[in-house]
Amino acid sequence: MVQPEQQTTAVHVVERVTDQEPTPTQIRDGELFQEVGLNHEEYQQITKHLGRLPNWTELGIYSVMWSEHCSYKNSKPLLKRFPVEGPQVLQGPGEGAGAIDIGDGQAVVFKIESHNHPTAVEPFQGAATGVGGIIRDVFSMGARPVALLNSLRFGPLSNSRVRYLFEHAVAGIAHYGNVIGIPTVGGEVDFDDSYEGNPLVNAMCVGVLSHDELQKGVAKGVGNPVIYVGASTGRDGIHGATFASEELGEDAEEKRPSVQAGDPFMEKLLLEACIELVKKGILIGIQDMGAAGLTCSSAEMASKGETGMELDLDQVPQRETGMTPYEILLSESQERMLLVVEDGREAEVQEVLDKWELPSAVVGRVTNDNRYRIRHQGRWVADIPVQTLVDDAPVVYRTGKEPEAYRQNAGIRVDQPSVDIHPGEALNQVLASSNVASKRWVYEQYDHMVRTSTAVRPGSDAAVVVLDGLDKALAMCTDGNGRYVYLDPQEGGAAAVAEAARNVVCSGARPLGITDCLNFGSPEKPEVFWQLEGAVDGMSEACRQLETPVVGGNVSLYNESKGTIHPTPVVGMVGLVESRQHITTQAFKEEGDLIYLLGETFAELGGSELQLILDGKVSGRPPKIDLQREKKLHQVILTAIQKGWVRSAHDCSSGGLAVTLAESSFDHELGARVEIETALDATTYLFSETQSRAVLSIPQEYADAFQRLMEEEAVPCAKIGEVSGSCLTVEVNGQQVIDAPVKELKSIWEGAIPCAMNASSTN
Amino acid sequence: MRFAVPVFPGSNCDEDCAKAVREILDRPVDLVWHKDGNLDAYDAIILPGGFSYGDYLRTGALARFSPVMEAVAKAADKGKLVLGICNGFQVLLESGLLPGAMRVNDHLKFRCSIQTLRVENNQSPFTGLYQAGEEIQLPIAHGEGNYYCDQETLDKLEVQGQIIFRYSGQNPNGSVAGIAGIVNRRGNVLGLMPHPERAIYDWMGSSDGARMFQSMLRYWEGMHGAA
Repeated sequence: MVQPEQQTTAVHVVERVTDQEPTPTQIRDGELFQEVGLNHEEYQQITKHLGRLPNWTELGIYSVMWSEHCSYKNSKPLLKRFPVEGPQVLQGPGEGAGAIDIGDGQAVVFKIESHNHPTAVEPFQGAATGVGGIIRDVFSMGARPVALLNSLRFGPLSNSRVRYLFEHAVAGIAHYGNVIGIPTVGGEVDFDDSYEGNPLVNAMCVGVLSHDELQKGVAKGVGNPVIYVGASTGRDGIHGATFASEELGEDAEEKRPSVQAGDPFMEKLLLEACIELVKKGILIGIQDMGAAGLTCSSAEMASKGETGMELDLDQVPQRETGMTPYEILLSESQERMLLVVEDGREAEVQEVLDKWELPSAVVGRVTNDNRYRIRHQGRWVADIPVQTLVDDAPVVYRTGKEPEAYRQNAGIRVDQPSVDIHPGEALNQVLASSNVASKRWVYEQYDHMVRTSTAVRPGSDAAVVVLDGLDKALAMCTDGNGRYVYLDPQEGGAAAVAEAARNVVCSGARPLGITDCLNFGSPEKPEVFWQLEGAVDGMSEACRQLETPVVGGNVSLYNESKGTIHPTPVVGMVGLVESRQHITTQAFKEEGDLIYLLGETFAELGGSELQLILDGKVSGRPPKIDLQREKKLHQVILTAIQKGWVRSAHDCSSGGLAVTLAESSFDHELGARVEIETALDATTYLFSETQSRAVLSIPQEYADAFQRLMEEEAVPCAKIGEVSGSCLTVEVNGQQVIDAPVKELKSIWEGAIPCAMNASSTN
Repeated sequence: MRFAVPVFPGSNCDEDCAKAVREILDRPVDLVWHKDGNLDAYDAIILPGGFSYGDYLRTGALARFSPVMEAVAKAADKGKLVLGICNGFQVLLESGLLPGAMRVNDHLKFRCSIQTLRVENNQSPFTGLYQAGEEIQLPIAHGEGNYYCDQETLDKLEVQGQIIFRYSGQNPNGSVAGIAGIVNRRGNVLGLMPHPERAIYDWMGSSDGARMFQSMLRYWEGMHGAA
């Protein structure tokens, strides 16, 4: 192979491309760098890196590469605290998605990512392209995507704009996943005032590959071609990454052009073509053009390959005429991928891309001088040292400050309801709360069965997807409770990981690892940074104890509109079901089965659903979590499931034991007779959200063996009743406190969201 | 009996259909790229679900112009079995192999759920192993499954026994007369919105779809022998 001549001297870079662009001196004198989100200090650094003043194109490149979204400049020091290693980890953070070994030469690849700000201004496309982006992250690793999940946070449905945002975001998510043919199998939805102007849409994708198919986003081999494939480049989404890294102001509506438009049909073609290329083993490197588009993908590939890159923008397929280098480089047009292949194999690649009728072009070459050079209409428009874009991006070390509210909350009692309420009435109200209520209105819009691998559909603790040709299956879920984290970031962060793991365990799986999405307010506020730091510490500790490393994720800061959102770390957990026989759901299945409550119950109503309903807000401290107990609980549940003793398993979370029992009753409309002895008052006991608890139903013939196991392992375990009839009846200390037909409870629970969504659009 | 599953750009249930044939019938099945205009080697064709050509313009409107659709029409003409599922049904309507048209669901939303269907006619090649009037469970997943035809056509469908499946209980899309699936006059072309290939094992939520594939096999091999 002919080695291109090494260019040791810097090329001549034009001062500006068109007369409309400011000159380097105008940028400096008018402080125009501030318009693209760079501060004085950062601008100074850029001039030092270049040894001259940057032109407008170069400034644009730096601004997106150094945005929080691409560089994690505010969160990097904290993210280092996450445990990222484990014997099962094949690929940790740093690539498109993480990868974990699942045996038989197979691996699971997964990642979660936010698309919050785009959704706030253009819900359908904003949410849809969030899904499209995360799918590309997974198949750029070489994996076949097998499932999607999403975690949503919206304001209260009583607000008509929130209903509009929610309806269209769900429709957008549905549209993208349905068309591309990847089942959306799970997730969660929560509503809270704090998300009113700033909803959260976090999308997760899970894929599967053989170990030898694992790809990397690297540009290696001097002289190798850089191939652009997929949709042509337009002016959509310019500065999307910067937009994602600032607060949503009054002018957010004007940012609608920052939101990209998605085409899932195009992505389906791109997906199939890329998988075909992976199977052929042609690729040296592959990376999605996501946030910051062509700039970020090409610069990161060169940086990871420790090479350089030259791009000729005239070769980039364009859907509009007259685009400037700035626009071409920063466009976030969707459904595009960047490939590096061995010189001379272009024709083989072309053949596959032609079959799928995908636009493609050789747009550049890998070089060996660590420079990132851009050519446009025969002139050089940028010449930047690669590592200054990626490795040397600025890092901001911030310090947090304990918020006033946290101190005040220490003194608030949450060991009993603030208002005297009968447990039966409390159950009706909690089931009708949009947080607890059935999310069928949402997941019925998602095709959750395409690919015919979905063994546990949405609505149980975790979804389960079987693996073709293997007896194994994958369990997956997303979890996070912004109210807990608001009240105590550390406990709340740990609880998010613990609950996700518990959900996966209740489905019959061993937790493998997590991906996380850290949705927080502005890190420039010390109180917000304090929340971020606490949550990361709590999550890290839980990940260490539960042996679920963090293999990837995303940070979404500046989630502010009229106020700061509740700090909301969302955990996406994947677990391995060793045999399909172990797949377990939350539903009671046979009359006469015995019902056991595992774990102890304390008076913990801080941050609970009941507290929110009664007080209109949360206060005090959230439930405490003991990670050793949590781990023990997982071990015994998994052992019991694997021995075949467990007919149903459901973790206790929002709404406490009462809701857990009701939800287990709903699927087959099978009731339960429950008797409880406790020193707590009935309402507190039934609605406390104490962690590390689960409700299992066990056939009578296994009861003795099951109880022995719990004794041996010293896990608190109480036989609290029996699956029976069509009513849910609960006695506490000999007094009947709940007696309701399951059908009636179910209709409250199922009716809440459809009813809220059908409200008049004029109020 | 040999099966073909044509693949259009945007098909996404092609593998699922092939898997059902392999696992339930243990018969050869090939995925056939839409540019292939020859299906002579096959005895049955399954047009899979998905979003052919992104469903741009109208569902199935572009796919009908694919070369493979000429071969499908020829196969239907020769009396081979043609099964169109979901998007496949929409393509059959657009290409005129079945009467009627598809509209957006009356509630305007995509709907994915397991529905109860009534088998209205078990005399077709696709339903021989069901009982007449039997209620079965099959999943649906579509945004445009609101089948429509004029009164005259509907009367004919009713009288000639061409309505094979009707939704029982809740109608999930507003289709005329609760129609979920119809055959052509000759009875060898079935189009339906529900997905039999998604209901072949109990763990999927229902295994009632398996008998549709088994019915096809029994019919064909009963006529032509096991070749």
